[in-house]
Amino acid sequence: MAKSYSISVDEVNRTLEVDDPNMPLLYVLRDELGMNNPRFGCGLGQCGACTVHIDGQPTRSCVTPLSAISSSKITTLAGIGSANAPHPLQSAWIVEEASQCGYCLNGFLMTGVALLKSSPSPTEMEIKTAVENIKCRCGTHLAVVRAIKRASQMMVGDVK
Amino acid sequence: MSDALTTRHTRRAFISGAGALVISLSTPASSSGQAPLTDGAMKRPSFTPSQLDSWLSIDEAGDVTCFFGKIDVAQGLDVAVRLIVAEELDVAFERIRVLMGNSATTINHGGATSDSGVREGGALMRITAAEARMLLLEMASRKLNSPVSSLRVSNGVVTVAADPSRAISYAELIGGRYFNAQLHWNKKFGRDLEVSGTAKPKPPSEYKIVGTPTVRTDISPKVMGKFEYVSDVRLPGMLHGRMVRPSIAGAVPVNVDESSLKEIAGARVVWIKNFLGVVAEKEWDAVRAAEALKVTWSDSNPGFPPQEKLHDHIRSSKVVKREYTSNVGSVEAAIKEAQAQKLRVVEAEYEWPFQSHASLGPACAVANATKDHVTIYTASQKPYDARIGIAELLGREMRDVTTIWIAGSGSYGRNDAGDCSADAAVLSNAVGKPVRVQYSRAEATAWDPKGSASIQRVRAAFDESGKVVAYDFMTKGFSLRDMPPWERKAANTLAGHLLGFKLEPIQAFGIPNDSYRFQHKRIGWETIPPLLDRASPLRTAHLRATASPMCHFASEQFTDELALVAQSDPVRFRLQYLTDPRDHELLKQTAEKFGWDDRIGPNPGQGGRELMRGRGVAVAQKEGTCVAVFVEVEVSKSTGRVRPVRYTVGHDCGLIINPRGLQQVLECQTVWATSRALCEEVTFDANMVTSRDWTTYPTIDMNLVPEKIDFVLINRPELPAAGAGEHAARVVAAALANAVFDATAVRIRSAPLSPERVKTALGRV
Ligand code: FES
Ligand code: FES
Repeated sequence: MAKSYSISVDEVNRTLEVDDPNMPLLYVLRDELGMNNPRFGCGLGQCGACTVHIDGQPTRSCVTPLSAISSSKITTLAGIGSANAPHPLQSAWIVEEASQCGYCLNGFLMTGVALLKSSPSPTEMEIKTAVENIKCRCGTHLAVVRAIKRASQMMVGDVK
Repeated sequence: MSDALTTRHTRRAFISGAGALVISLSTPASSSGQAPLTDGAMKRPSFTPSQLDSWLSIDEAGDVTCFFGKIDVAQGLDVAVRLIVAEELDVAFERIRVLMGNSATTINHGGATSDSGVREGGALMRITAAEARMLLLEMASRKLNSPVSSLRVSNGVVTVAADPSRAISYAELIGGRYFNAQLHWNKKFGRDLEVSGTAKPKPPSEYKIVGTPTVRTDISPKVMGKFEYVSDVRLPGMLHGRMVRPSIAGAVPVNVDESSLKEIAGARVVWIKNFLGVVAEKEWDAVRAAEALKVTWSDSNPGFPPQEKLHDHIRSSKVVKREYTSNVGSVEAAIKEAQAQKLRVVEAEYEWPFQSHASLGPACAVANATKDHVTIYTASQKPYDARIGIAELLGREMRDVTTIWIAGSGSYGRNDAGDCSADAAVLSNAVGKPVRVQYSRAEATAWDPKGSASIQRVRAAFDESGKVVAYDFMTKGFSLRDMPPWERKAANTLAGHLLGFKLEPIQAFGIPNDSYRFQHKRIGWETIPPLLDRASPLRTAHLRATASPMCHFASEQFTDELALVAQSDPVRFRLQYLTDPRDHELLKQTAEKFGWDDRIGPNPGQGGRELMRGRGVAVAQKEGTCVAVFVEVEVSKSTGRVRPVRYTVGHDCGLIINPRGLQQVLECQTVWATSRALCEEVTFDANMVTSRDWTTYPTIDMNLVPEKIDFVLINRPELPAAGAGEHAARVVAAALANAVFDATAVRIRSAPLSPERVKTALGRV
């Protein structure tokens, strides 16, 4: 029996009817709500491509059932900044060209944004630890670290 | 492709659906009733390679569209094409866009293959842009009443040099109309296609735009969550499809219990011959249905050899085809002679595993098969070939199939994308609705076509002066094309195999050439039969850099082994036998930047240490690109873990179009190749591939990436721009293995250099 859910995504309240309360949030966002972020990479919680924030915490939406998040605030990549007011990490990413295909970047960016919030000036080690469970196949790893460092410097005012 | 473009492109595709839409994309905006214009045609000339308009158009605003017959595997190729065209036409970079991979609007120039995006695709666009510029100058000359030699172009505006007030823009000259100008075409398609015109492209000495470090324009939309991948294509009425695959390779469905899906609303089965899939309105329902479906499978015994005996299997397999790519002097006689004279003869054998593309995003494709037309949205690297193969698969005419390439997750050769678009086509054709298929992680890792497993045997003989006089190199392994990678036949896809199209393997290994001169030299390859000739999870097809990583893993380690026998330093030894001055210069410059000291034998003083340090080098040259990769590693004695500390990558690809893009591409492929060298090995048991996800197919992570990668980029404007997409990846594994030897004095001749393998090897001494 379809059940009605109401969730907040990128500051917008959305209502939807879903048969299976175990439907992972990934499919809710992509298929039910037609959003392009997050992305499907493994469905197993292993790669990070599906990462969103749930109440500010980076969470793998492919292994998060809808039933578990109904009263929480969800933020996707598209919700962390806008063209006029990008998040510093988004700006840094562009300068550092930290993507090739970019299929992985929901994982890196959403995790990086949370990291910079809890630790505005992370060390290289802290950065690597924060994102070590995020997969990238194109080999952008060094650029990812540079981008997070640059964003951190931008946020504490060292660079524009 | 630039983001705005992708977005526009995809949106329009959604709205219009089938093939017809696409024609409108290639048509410059029509003229809107200004003063009559004399030049150019109002009507679109035929869409053939011999028409300039098939390659390039200029609209009424003066914006240039390039119709590019290759595709970008996420390496920023569109930036290079735009720089080349901007240069030849004298139009601003920002005013140029590149359409790629749409079979209805772009000519088949082969898709992505063998690093040819700039080398072949860029070269062709240079020719067509130069031709367009010449024609535009002729038009301007008539309009301005001034000879061509008196004219200048800047930002798409032609002026009389002596009187800049006399000016006319490209937009005024041709905007919205067609050149209707002939090029000479060699009547071939794909990579063999060539066109030429009468214009002479600019000499590189006049370049102002080519060579400017330029940032990719697709990162911004990606990072803002605005980029649309093929997995974001949504068509009205679209269903979601998933394939149902056996747990034992080669098994086919004999009974399917559709009632097992009754709990999942709207899910239904598509079962045609051995092809089995499900479709549902909701994606999650398709995922669940594929798991829930009860299937009785036929018995199958693929008889894969035990994983640890894979290379014994290769050694003992019958040879299907043998070919020598180089045979100079008489190697056999020279080696026999050396043996007879008790001179040094060195032999070694190397092993390389099956590897998976394991793209981060499992393949996705959307097919819309109607009665009259089939449109496929695909991320295949060969969209033009896919069109031909899918027409055969569905029994349609080629003109009734359109393939539209839209970027997917990064691909590194013939990955699972080609299979996925065929599956989507069959499902859509069966249900009469648009169907989107995205593979599971297991399909992307266990079922993608694999990079070939192989062994390499190398021998060399010295003369009495200590010089290498004979060199004999033989690779034996699964053909690189057990499943031909072009998708231009139905049989080149899993769906084709399941629907009864007979696999026609091509026997080829395509060995990279060796850069060294030896008096007697023989290089060859042998292929062996595939392990399972139908729908095999171990079928082999192109994986980035094809035969090079394994062949150089052997040949460039062997070079170091010879250097040691000759009591020479690895760099000094290479310089002794390399013949091309470009190789010499690159190797010397890169060695200097790396900080290489002349030294013989393994790094002294590492023996008692837990973390041993070593350095390694490997070089190669292919298709006009020279690479020299240097690496410093740290090897843990207790765990066997190899960590690259830093790389210096030397690269000479002739003319550099975009130094910034080049550096990014080199950095990424170095990390990518490090993953292959240190981590990647497809595992399997007697029945099936057991690498199914990221725990069973480990790849590089943050803990294994180098601290830094330095570059030596040699620019040679006098030489054509050659490829850069995969050349460094050819030799990274060899450089790492040489560095591991330098650190540990232990030679490891099997890849990957995983902790277990390295630890075992260290334990043996
Ligand atoms: S798709 Fe969710 S972690 Fe991989
Ligand atoms: S950029 Fe392609 S997977 Fe990370």
